[in-house]
Amino acid sequence: MSSADTYFKNIGKGFWTVLLGMKVTMRHLFTPAVTIQYPDARMPIPERGRNRLYVNMDDCIGCNQCGMACPVGCITIETAKSLPTEDLGVTSTGQKKRLWVTQFDIDFAKCCYCGLCVPPCPTECIYMTDVFEFSEYDRDKLNYSFITLTPEEAAQKTEQAKAAEKEAAAKKAAAAAAAAAQKAAQPQNVTPSQNVTQPPAQSIPPAAPRPAPAVAPAPQPAVKPEIAGAEAGQAPSVTAEPQGGQKVSSPESVYPPKPQEQATRAPQELKPNDNPKGSAD
Amino acid sequence: MAELRTEEMVLNMGPQHPSTHGVLRVELVVDGEVVVDAIPHIGYLHRCFEKHAEVMSYQQIVPYCDRMDYLGSMNNDHAYVLGVEKLLNIQVPQRVEYIRVIMAEFQRIASHLVSIGTYGLDIGAFTPFLFCFRDREMILDLFEMTCGARLLYNYMWPGGLSHDLPPGFVEKARAFIKHFRPAIKELNELLSYNEIFVKRTANVGVLPADIAINYGASGPTLRGSGVKWDLRKCEPYSVYDKFDWDIVVGTGEMGTLGDCWDRYMVKVWEIEQSLRIIEQALDTLPEGDVQAAIPKRVRPPVGEVYVRSESPRGELAYYIVSDGSQKPYRVKGRAPSFSNLSLLPEISRGYLIADMIAIIGSVDITLGDVDR
Amino acid sequence: MHNFITYYIGAGFWGSLVSSIIPLVFILPFALVAIWLELKISAHMQDRVGPMRTGKWHGWAQPLADVTKLIQKEDIIPAAADKALYILAPALVFVGAYAAYAAIPFSPAYIGSNINLGIFYIVAVSALVVIGILMAGWSSNNKWSLLGAMRTAAQLVSYEIPSSLAILAVVMVAGSLNLNDICAAQSGWFWNWFVFGKFPFLFITFIIYFIASLAETNRSPFDIPEAESELVAGYHTEYSGMRFAFFYLAEYANMFVVAAVAAVLFFGGWNSPFGTFLSGPVWGVFWLIGKGMVLVFIQIWLRWTLPRFRVDQLMYLSWKILTPFALVNIFAVGLWVVLRG
Repeated sequence: MSSADTYFKNIGKGFWTVLLGMKVTMRHLFTPAVTIQYPDARMPIPERGRNRLYVNMDDCIGCNQCGMACPVGCITIETAKSLPTEDLGVTSTGQKKRLWVTQFDIDFAKCCYCGLCVPPCPTECIYMTDVFEFSEYDRDKLNYSFITLTPEEAAQKTEQAKAAEKEAAAKKAAAAAAAAAQKAAQPQNVTPSQNVTQPPAQSIPPAAPRPAPAVAPAPQPAVKPEIAGAEAGQAPSVTAEPQGGQKVSSPESVYPPKPQEQATRAPQELKPNDNPKGSAD
Repeated sequence: MAELRTEEMVLNMGPQHPSTHGVLRVELVVDGEVVVDAIPHIGYLHRCFEKHAEVMSYQQIVPYCDRMDYLGSMNNDHAYVLGVEKLLNIQVPQRVEYIRVIMAEFQRIASHLVSIGTYGLDIGAFTPFLFCFRDREMILDLFEMTCGARLLYNYMWPGGLSHDLPPGFVEKARAFIKHFRPAIKELNELLSYNEIFVKRTANVGVLPADIAINYGASGPTLRGSGVKWDLRKCEPYSVYDKFDWDIVVGTGEMGTLGDCWDRYMVKVWEIEQSLRIIEQALDTLPEGDVQAAIPKRVRPPVGEVYVRSESPRGELAYYIVSDGSQKPYRVKGRAPSFSNLSLLPEISRGYLIADMIAIIGSVDITLGDVDR
Repeated sequence: MHNFITYYIGAGFWGSLVSSIIPLVFILPFALVAIWLELKISAHMQDRVGPMRTGKWHGWAQPLADVTKLIQKEDIIPAAADKALYILAPALVFVGAYAAYAAIPFSPAYIGSNINLGIFYIVAVSALVVIGILMAGWSSNNKWSLLGAMRTAAQLVSYEIPSSLAILAVVMVAGSLNLNDICAAQSGWFWNWFVFGKFPFLFITFIIYFIASLAETNRSPFDIPEAESELVAGYHTEYSGMRFAFFYLAEYANMFVVAAVAAVLFFGGWNSPFGTFLSGPVWGVFWLIGKGMVLVFIQIWLRWTLPRFRVDQLMYLSWKILTPFALVNIFAVGLWVVLRG
């Protein structure tokens, strides 16, 4: 009896809930859609929207704070010291610029749009814009260069800074060679002492000590040493080859910045200006 | 009939199966359509979170935490920053905690909506999925106007928040809640109490409470089995102790206690509780500077901390060891999905392949959370 | 005058050819329209708008674009597949659906073949689909496909019983297996339709037939053979290009067959609902297709509302609910016919 009861009850319930569901879908058939026709209509992007980064190079002092804050190491900055005779002007915040920024690349293929690079900037020259449609067929084209110097200028500034540095180094070496050597070794000295003060040393097998930060196999080895150098307050280690002719976009194209035409992923494999149209395709 | 019995078949479900919620691969041993054994294989989404964390500063780890359980980013960040703050021994302003709770609860709703919607999809109902995503988009709008991102927020920083609430947030949040309550009713009409859905999920994948505890299950999976365990109540962190809400547990209303329907329904009911928390938090939101307590440089003293919290999927914990430098010595994440997934073989034996889908969906895993 | 073509051309070879091509001419546009309707209706039920671009006006050309794409696609035959069966299967499935059109009375003046066993023929020919699907699942040499095919075989064979029993009840009332005669028996106003006749027995019969027909066409909530979230499309997982399109086409062709049969059996077929208003051979086509489309709409509506059954529940529904009800119904209707004519 009761099983027959539940049998019919189940059938009734089945029909009733099906009808309820049909009522809901029928109601929605006549409610206006919530979606929009994307390329024609767009959702407003809020003021705080975090999309493509933009760097206002007029204000950049080349301090590499953003590069250090970046968790994925997508910002590559190289600077060259300006000569005392050169005047680079001041930023809009009134800070005096002292460095030529010879390379300022942001690889948007790596960027995770976390926005961590924005707050540390002392001159507020790096910020996120509302541009989010910048797909490329070639991944290398997502590596944007923001510098305002032409490649030749950048190379020249680097050479010039190198020469000045060499001069200063020669002077210094003549004065006190030993002191300079000690200073260069300083960043390596920091980490072993950290290792010594590790608290749970007994709980962690000593066979797998934590790699020293300065020589850590960081995801971006190309960036890391540079950061270490900047932390120690040294002049950035400037090498000539990566910048030579990398930048193809013209200096006056400030906004929106043009993507770099040439692969920067593996500069050592490419001869500068070998194939300015891009090599991957 | 013994001579009719043929050999068992090994069936690979995933990693590219539409219903394994990502890249889970389940090796099914089936006898006809009956599952004899199910062996989950994981690791297809492993991204070395813990190793990455060793070479990052504390601040830089937050975006990586976002990516652990990408449906519950706010909750991941919340647990992590609570841990770092404990290490730093700093007190954050009340407003920060309130906003964090609001965000975490909104995130919980958003995550549950994905879970409920995709569960409907697994069972074969397509429409509830899009209704859920429609409402989730509104939550993501709120997040976007607050911090600029829709999925991976990097909103909670050690010591504070990246932004204060934008003007108009509270009104918009209230408007959402007003819109959303009827939407849940509608969802229940369309899916939760639909007889076919109930028949598909009730009495399927029954998880007794003791087995759930033995496997370290947590979150809706555990509560679906009737265990009243929610860290927000049992071990209140942040400001959860200031709000009036209830832990919802499975009731066994449609079938056996701890079946798929219970696990599913706990999520639906939890949405209502989250709304209650949000409403109270919005009412009593204190004033203050959300960035006042952010340290200039996050360099915790030597020590270690284990902090746990209730993420949408269960008990999310971080074990952070500081060696006194700017980078943690070790960050270990205890992911709820991982433990919940380990239940799978236990509760899927003897059911049909179609039930297998229902079971995987009801356990509600995020593969990003499982593999990290 | 049951076939105006044979009336004009004669019943010879050309007449047969033309009258057999007409359904094909109908199926292809109908499938496109039905696909478009499905896209749009499902979209609006889900608060979306669906395709909007292809062909400017509400994406009307989207199915055309889809078909064009499918034609262009590479035809992949898995290396381990049973090639002959693999190629034959979609054709067989389509033939099963297509051949049923021969007996559907589109209007008093057009019926492909006015055979006395019309409804019986449709039931028999539709069963071909089972063989095609089984062949597809088996020959794909894919475990998921095989599971899907096995499910289909079980499902279709089970649901033929309640659906045939439901049809039988109507046949008893009409006293004929000829679909044109069944239509003619319901002429006049809409209350003469069989769905309202012998109330409520024929109405229940209609419900049973409709549910069973959903299962026969593998439509949700009975789409377990293709269950995209379980079996990843089931029996046609391995198919691509035009062969896949054949399965797709057959599904929509089948949808209309069962809808048209339901319209003929229960809703007066080509009869106008309002007596002689707008009736006649030409309007007959309109009424039949219109009624069929309303039923197709309900099929679509159900699909986007309901979750999917499980295999055993499907069998439960067929054998423990629909079949007993159909038997009781047929008994009641038979008694009614015997006692009161």
